[in-house]
Amino acid sequence: MSTEMYTVSSSPHIHSKDSIQSIMRDVFIALLPAALVGVWVFKFQALIVILLSVASCVGAEALWQKLTHQKISVNDYSAAVTGLLLAMNLPPTVPFWLPIVGGAFAIIIAKQLFGGLGQNFINPALAARAFLLASWPVQMTTWTIDGVTTATPLGILKEGGEALPSITDLILGNVGGCIGETSAIALLIGGLYLIYKKVISIRIPATFIGTVLILTWILGRGGMFYPYAIYEIFTGGLFLGAFFMATDYSSSPVTVKGQYIMGLGCGILTTVIRLYGGYPEGVSYSILIMNLAVPLIDRYTQPRIFGEVK
Amino acid sequence: MKLLTFKRGIHPPDGKHFTASKPIENLLPKGDLVFPMSQHIGAPCEPIVKKGEKVLVGQKIGETKAFVSSPIHSSVSGTVKDVTPMLHPNGSKVLSVIIENDGLYEEHESLGPKGNYKDLSKDQIIEMIKEAGIVGMGGAGFPTHVKLSPPPEKNIDTIIINGAECEPYLTSDHRIMLEETNKVIEGLKIILHMFPQAKGYVGVENNKMDAIKALKEATEGIENIEVKVLKTKYPQGAEKQLIYAITGREVPSGGLPADVGCIVQNIDTAVAIQRAVVDGRPLMRRIVTVTGGAIKEPKNFEVKLGTSYRELIEAAGGFVSEPVKIISGGPMMGIALSSLDVPIIKGSSAILCLSKEEADLPEERNCIRCGKCVSVCPMNLLPLQLNQYAVNYDVDKFEKCHGMDCIECGSCSFICPAKRHLVQSIRTAKKTILNNRRKNA
Repeated sequence: MSTEMYTVSSSPHIHSKDSIQSIMRDVFIALLPAALVGVWVFKFQALIVILLSVASCVGAEALWQKLTHQKISVNDYSAAVTGLLLAMNLPPTVPFWLPIVGGAFAIIIAKQLFGGLGQNFINPALAARAFLLASWPVQMTTWTIDGVTTATPLGILKEGGEALPSITDLILGNVGGCIGETSAIALLIGGLYLIYKKVISIRIPATFIGTVLILTWILGRGGMFYPYAIYEIFTGGLFLGAFFMATDYSSSPVTVKGQYIMGLGCGILTTVIRLYGGYPEGVSYSILIMNLAVPLIDRYTQPRIFGEVK
Repeated sequence: MKLLTFKRGIHPPDGKHFTASKPIENLLPKGDLVFPMSQHIGAPCEPIVKKGEKVLVGQKIGETKAFVSSPIHSSVSGTVKDVTPMLHPNGSKVLSVIIENDGLYEEHESLGPKGNYKDLSKDQIIEMIKEAGIVGMGGAGFPTHVKLSPPPEKNIDTIIINGAECEPYLTSDHRIMLEETNKVIEGLKIILHMFPQAKGYVGVENNKMDAIKALKEATEGIENIEVKVLKTKYPQGAEKQLIYAITGREVPSGGLPADVGCIVQNIDTAVAIQRAVVDGRPLMRRIVTVTGGAIKEPKNFEVKLGTSYRELIEAAGGFVSEPVKIISGGPMMGIALSSLDVPIIKGSSAILCLSKEEADLPEERNCIRCGKCVSVCPMNLLPLQLNQYAVNYDVDKFEKCHGMDCIECGSCSFICPAKRHLVQSIRTAKKTILNNRRKNA
């Protein structure tokens, strides 16, 4: 009788090549076009904010895992994605300590304290943005570059003052705003890349953007059938939020129906905040609010299983 | 033509190129033959031969009186060397009859043609199939005579021969369809003779166009048999998914194919039925694919039941590299073996020897809720949720969320980027629940 022993494990014995690392790397790659436009528009300042934010997130994750005696898993890119997303949600003019504080908050408070990767119930980057906005509202809403104040298109729509930028500038990204939200076209390229790579499905972004478009058109600023509805979907962080943040795996539904509800809910809340709320922009808060509803959505949208008899 | 298929599923690397074009080689056993008394779902057999007794080819060596069971026959002539527990391909030790082969292949008097099946009644044919020890040869090993005896109130209108062979690497059914086309069709005709109001289908994935062509030629002009081309997708050959693809019917949760008027049989099972009913030979052989990156000359063999896995690997030239895993069956649902000293049983469709590169054992990480498992589950379950209930021993929620409907195809574990042991945990939870039910019954 032989004594050789082979590896014994439960089937299946082959696995797809996809890994957490490859998925997060794809998200990082998909964010780069918009981040590069941000650096192009806001110059060196934006680059520093991005680097600090990414470094803060990765550093906070490594430090936390080291202190809590966990396996350090920063090579899975998930902290780097959070850092990049956070930076893209910050004005380019923030003091340099702000992305560092924000990154640490995102990773430690919003992610690790709830169990780390996959366990956070809200989007860490958005949670950090909300925290920073509440704590340092002045720094978070100053859009002054080289002594020139550039209000965001939504700010102008809400409060008036300046002339609105052209829709071409809006799509290309040549407008005021957060580092990563200015260029709708760059965000769209990144989003389509993620859909093509099957990292995300089109369900949440399409319903989100579609709902904002239709609702803004119907309710409109100053009356029904508002002609600027198309213009407004390219403003603010709608594309950034719809493609990259409302689709965050751990804080969005896994069921097909649930994903439509997520997009719809985000769209309704965004429009309502934009048109009637105190803030000019509603994407971040709408996503955060919907994040809280995700467990409930998943529970009530269980799919009909094959052969189910009611 | 529109390809028939089911919803969701996966596209694993197919690995069939190793053996798809290798004709079946007949392999005679060299060493002793081992016949485990349990090669099927149901009651194990009792050995009916004793140590030292002379046995002949086709002689029954194990049987029981239970209905859900299937007798075992010797595939060689020789002497019973021992009756003792031996390692079974499923990893446990099972009472087995060991026969020393005399190499003469003297046949038992019961073997031989019994006349035209068209003159036989349904019950007579079922008795012949039962006596021949035929079980489902796709791997699960459900006794075929039980499958062919649905409750009388079920109106069976569809007989499906499963030629999907959706498991990667496996080509035994493919080769049978090419080389024993007429036997497959005759096996189906025998079943249709038992269910005259039913229509027969052979479902084959479109990665086997040569087999589809051969089957279509062989069935030309036969009114009640149709060859159906299926989309190549895993698990296309899972019974419920195959029935859905061909008929559009969903086997109800907890139900059987007969509930939607269907009976599904494997390709090699159809051949076994033909051999039993027309040639009067019990199940003593099967076609086995020996393959994988660690095998020198991957091949398809016709072997006698009871032959050692080791002999098949030697006949395939041995190993080119040290295998990491030896699998009985395909890579998606097969069982990993700890040793090569196990015998070919009725359900041994393949011996897959995976090299280090093929047999990855990635580290399990946190679920990131990407939902990929949801998007591939052919039963439309939420594997990530079931996994959570399973690892928390929350059997009530597991059952409520239809965990018992899992067909254990492994698509979720395959696709999972966090490499979570999804189907493994679900399988364990299912077993726990079934055991509890049995205890409480």
